[in-house]
Amino acid sequence: MPLSDFQPVIGLEVHAQQLTKSKIFCGCSTEFGAEPNRNTCPVCLGMPGVLPVLNQRVVEFAIRTGLALGCTIKKTSVWSRKNYFYPDLPKGYQITQYDQPICEWGSLTIDTPEGEKTIRIRRIHMEEDAGKSVHDASVGESLVDLNRAGVPLLEIVSEPDLRSADEAVEYLKALRDVLVYLGVNDGNMEEGSFRCDANVSVMRKGETKYGQRVELKNINSFRFIKQAIEYEIARHVEVIESGGKIDQETRLWDTQRGETRSMRSKEEAHDYRYFPEPDLPPLHIPDALIDQVAQGLPELPRPKLQRFMSQYGLPAYDAKLLCAERPLAEFFEACAQHSKDYKKLSNWFQGELARLLNESGGTVGISTLKFTPAQLGELLTAVEKGTISNNAAKDVLGEMFRTGKAPDAIIAEKGLAQVSDTGAVEAVVDEVLAKNAGEVEKYRAGKKQIFGFFVGQVMKAMKGKGNPTLVNELLKKKLGD
Amino acid sequence: MALTDLSMLELAAKLAAGALSSVEATRACLARAAQVDGKVKAFLRLDEKGALAAAEASDARRKAGNPASPLDGVPIGLKDIFLTEGVETTCASRILQGFIPPYDATVVSLLKQAGLPIMGKLNMDEFAMGSSTESSAYGPTHNPWALDRTPGGSSGGSAAAVAAREVFGALGTDTGGSIRQPAALTNLVGLKPTYGRVSRYGVIAFASSLDQVGPMARTVADTAALLQLIARHDPLDSTSAPVEAPDYREDLEGGVRGLKLGVPREYFIDGMDPEVEATVREALRDYERMGATLVEVSLPHTKYALATYYLLAPAEASSNLARYDGVRYGLRAKDAKGLREMYGQTRERGFGAEVKRRIMLGTYALSAGYYDAYYLRAQKVRTLIRQDFSRAFEQVDAILSPTSPVPAFKLGEKADDLLAMYLMDVFTLPCNLAGIPGLSLPCGFTKSNLPIGLQILGKPFDEARMLRIARAFEREHDFTRRLAPV
Ligand SMILES: [Zn+2]
Repeated sequence: MPLSDFQPVIGLEVHAQQLTKSKIFCGCSTEFGAEPNRNTCPVCLGMPGVLPVLNQRVVEFAIRTGLALGCTIKKTSVWSRKNYFYPDLPKGYQITQYDQPICEWGSLTIDTPEGEKTIRIRRIHMEEDAGKSVHDASVGESLVDLNRAGVPLLEIVSEPDLRSADEAVEYLKALRDVLVYLGVNDGNMEEGSFRCDANVSVMRKGETKYGQRVELKNINSFRFIKQAIEYEIARHVEVIESGGKIDQETRLWDTQRGETRSMRSKEEAHDYRYFPEPDLPPLHIPDALIDQVAQGLPELPRPKLQRFMSQYGLPAYDAKLLCAERPLAEFFEACAQHSKDYKKLSNWFQGELARLLNESGGTVGISTLKFTPAQLGELLTAVEKGTISNNAAKDVLGEMFRTGKAPDAIIAEKGLAQVSDTGAVEAVVDEVLAKNAGEVEKYRAGKKQIFGFFVGQVMKAMKGKGNPTLVNELLKKKLGD
Repeated sequence: MALTDLSMLELAAKLAAGALSSVEATRACLARAAQVDGKVKAFLRLDEKGALAAAEASDARRKAGNPASPLDGVPIGLKDIFLTEGVETTCASRILQGFIPPYDATVVSLLKQAGLPIMGKLNMDEFAMGSSTESSAYGPTHNPWALDRTPGGSSGGSAAAVAAREVFGALGTDTGGSIRQPAALTNLVGLKPTYGRVSRYGVIAFASSLDQVGPMARTVADTAALLQLIARHDPLDSTSAPVEAPDYREDLEGGVRGLKLGVPREYFIDGMDPEVEATVREALRDYERMGATLVEVSLPHTKYALATYYLLAPAEASSNLARYDGVRYGLRAKDAKGLREMYGQTRERGFGAEVKRRIMLGTYALSAGYYDAYYLRAQKVRTLIRQDFSRAFEQVDAILSPTSPVPAFKLGEKADDLLAMYLMDVFTLPCNLAGIPGLSLPCGFTKSNLPIGLQILGKPFDEARMLRIARAFEREHDFTRRLAPV
C-alpha cells in the first residue's frame, strides 16, 4: 500500500519567547547574547527562600495573543509546578500553567492548495523558560547558563487538524506572522525564540481513529519541520506496512543524518507531578484588562492582506509581500497617501526599495529609512510627470536612501531633470537629422528599423535628459511618418 | 536580677532612658551564651562581630535621639531558616553546609532596619521537619527547663535560646506548630500569624502554603512588639496580604470581659497528658472568672487534619527541596560520575532520614495515578477544615485549646515512634491548614516543673485580639515571669 493511502495527522506545540524587557518572575533583563549568567538574580537562580512575582506585561501579552487567535480568555487561571530534575532548571520545577491555562479554544486560518483551512487552537498558556546547558567534552564538564531561565514563554497548542508537512509549515508561518505583528515575539527560530514540537501520526484513509502518535521535539527551522514530519510520516507508513506497530515515544530530529531518532520511550517518560503553585495565587483577569488589551490590538496579517487587495486593487502576490511585516505594510500605506498609482508604488517597493534594503545587509530597516513617505511620493510624481526618467528615479531613490535628501534637491544637484520643452528638443532633433542626411534618406526609403538610431543620437546629444516620449514624437513627425 | 532576665520591652525602656547600652546588653547575651549554650545547644552559630557592630550603631542612634524603632538595640536570635546576607544559613541541613546567602530575608531586613542586633542562627529540625530539633544535622537542642528533654520543634533552638535568656526574643517559623509547640514546651509566648501576614521572602520553604513566620518571646507584650516590626505587606511575596497591621499593643490591656471563647470538643482527646488537660481546663475557668463566656464549639474535621497535613506538606516539600541538587550551591558529591549519580549522592549525603522520608511521601502523593486519591482529596479536606473554623468563628471570638497534648518529652524518647512524634502537632496543625493565626501562652506547670501551653486560635488577621486575650491571662498569673532553671 503506497504512502498516498495513508492520512497523516499532525498537531503542533509552539513555544514562543515573549518580547518583554524583564523576566516573568523577577526583574532580570531578557536581553539575548549577554555574558553567561549575567542576567540572573537570586530568584531566577533558584536560591533558597526566593519567591516568584508575576510580570504583568506577560499576562497582557498572553491576552493579546489569545484575542488575536480568537480564544476565550479565562477569568481565572492557575499556575502549576512541573517537577523534573535538570541542571538548567534551577528550582527543580518549572512554573507553568497546566489544567487551567489563560486562553482556550481559538483558531488560525491558513492557505492550502485546496483553499483556506481553519486550524483549531486548543490552548495558550504562560510559563518560564529554562536555562541552557553547554556540554564541553574537551574538559569533561557541563556548564550552565541561566540567562534564559525565567524568560517568559507562550505555549500555543493546536488541535491535530493539520494533514501534511506543508500545512504544518504554513500554520507555523501564519502563527509566527501573527505573533510578530502583535509584538509578542521576534519570530527568530535560529536563536530559539520561536520553537516547535510536533505530534505526528498516520491512519489509513477513510478511517476516523487516529494512529499512535509520536512527539518530535525542538525543531528549529521551517525546513527541518517539513523534513522531520515527512520523514516521520514515511517511517510510520513503513512500520505499519511491514506489520509493525508505532510506539508512543519522543523523538529528536537529527539534522546531520536527516532522520529522527528515539529520545525516550513511554516507559521512560517523566512523571512531572504537576500541582498548583502555592507561591502564586490563581490569576484573576478583570474584564477591563481584556477590553484594554483588545483596544490596542493591531490589524492582523490576514485581514490586512484582504484589505490591501480590495482597497488598493493589488494582486494577491503584491498584497502578501507588502503585508509580510507590519512596518512594511504601514510604510506602504503612508506612501499610498502621496502616490495614487498603487500598483506602481507596489512595484517600487518590491523592486528598488527591496533591493536597497537587501544591499544594506540589515543595517537599514523599514523603520529606520532616512526618507519620508511624502518624499517617495514626490519622486514617483516626478516620474509620472516626466520630470525625470524611470532610470534616473532609481538613482534618486538610492541617494534618498543613503542621505535622506529631498528628491527635488537630488534631481537639481545631479541635473537629472528631463528636457520636456518642445522647442529645445525640436532644435536638437533638427540638428541630428541635418547631420545624418544619408540615414534620413535610407529611412524614408523604407529602412524603418534605423529609427532607434535617431533616438539614440538625440538622447546622446541631450546627455540622456530628453523626454523620451517627446523625442519619439518629434522624430516621427520630422521624418514624415 | 540579671540583665538578660529582662523582657524585650524592659530592656528597651532602659536603653531609652540611657541606663544601659545595646553593647552592654549584647555582651551580656554573649556571656550568657558562653555560659549556658554548651548545655542548651540552641545556637548553630553566633555572629558576635555582626551583633556588636549593630549594637554600636544602635547606641549611636539612641545617643543622637534617633532610635529606629521601640526595640532598637534589643538583641535577638533567628532560626537558621532565615536567609542572612553574608552569614551562613543551613536550615540545620548538611546539604546547605557552608551556604552563605547573597541576600537578607525580608523579615531580616526589617529587623535590621529596626536596629535589633542579630546574635546568630538558631538550631531547628532539618528543613523544619520535626517537633523536637532531633532531626537537625548538627545535633539536638536541650530544653532549658530540663536538659534531658526536648525544647520542641521545629523552632526548638529559637525557643531554647529565649527561655535560657541567651537572647531577648527570636523569630521562628510555623508550618504545623513549629512556633507554638516549642513555645509551650519552654514557657514562652509564641505566635503564628495569619497566613500572608508576614513575608516569606528569604525564608527557606518547607511547605509554602502552610509556612508562616512569627515571634517568640517571654511576654505577651514582647511578642506584640516583635510582631509589630515584621507584620507588613511585602511585594516580593505574592501570597503576602496587602492588609495594614494595627497597633498590636494599643488594646493589649483591654481584658476579655464580654468575649465569647470557643472550646472545641475535638481538642480534648484520649491519650492527652492528664496534667496538661487539668491545667488547660483550669485556665479556661480563669477566663470565665475574668468575664469571658465559654462556648463549646465543634470542629468536626479535626480528625482528618493530621492525614491531610502529612499529604500536603510533604507534597510541597518534595518540590521545594528539589533545588538542592548540588549544581549551584551547598553540598555537591564531588566524586560522583555523571549527572544522575551526582544528584543521587548529593541528596543521599545531604539530607537526613526525616527529610528523605517526607520527600518520598510527597513525591508519592503527587505521582500520576495517585494525585487524585491523595493530593487532591487532601486539598478538599483542607477546605472542609477551613470551613469548620469559619463556622465556629461565627459563634465565638477566639478558640482555646491545649497547644501540645504532652509536656516536653525526653530526647530520644519518640525517635523510634514516628506516629507519636507526628501526634505532637495534632492541636496545632489544623490552624496552618486553615491559614488562621494561633498563639501559645504559658498557662502553668506540671508537678515536675515542665511548662504547659494554652493555645489561642483567632480569626484571620485578628492577632491584636488574640494578644489581648493572652495578656488578660498573663496579668492574673506569674507564669511568664518564671525563669528556666538553667
Ligand atoms: Zn532574575
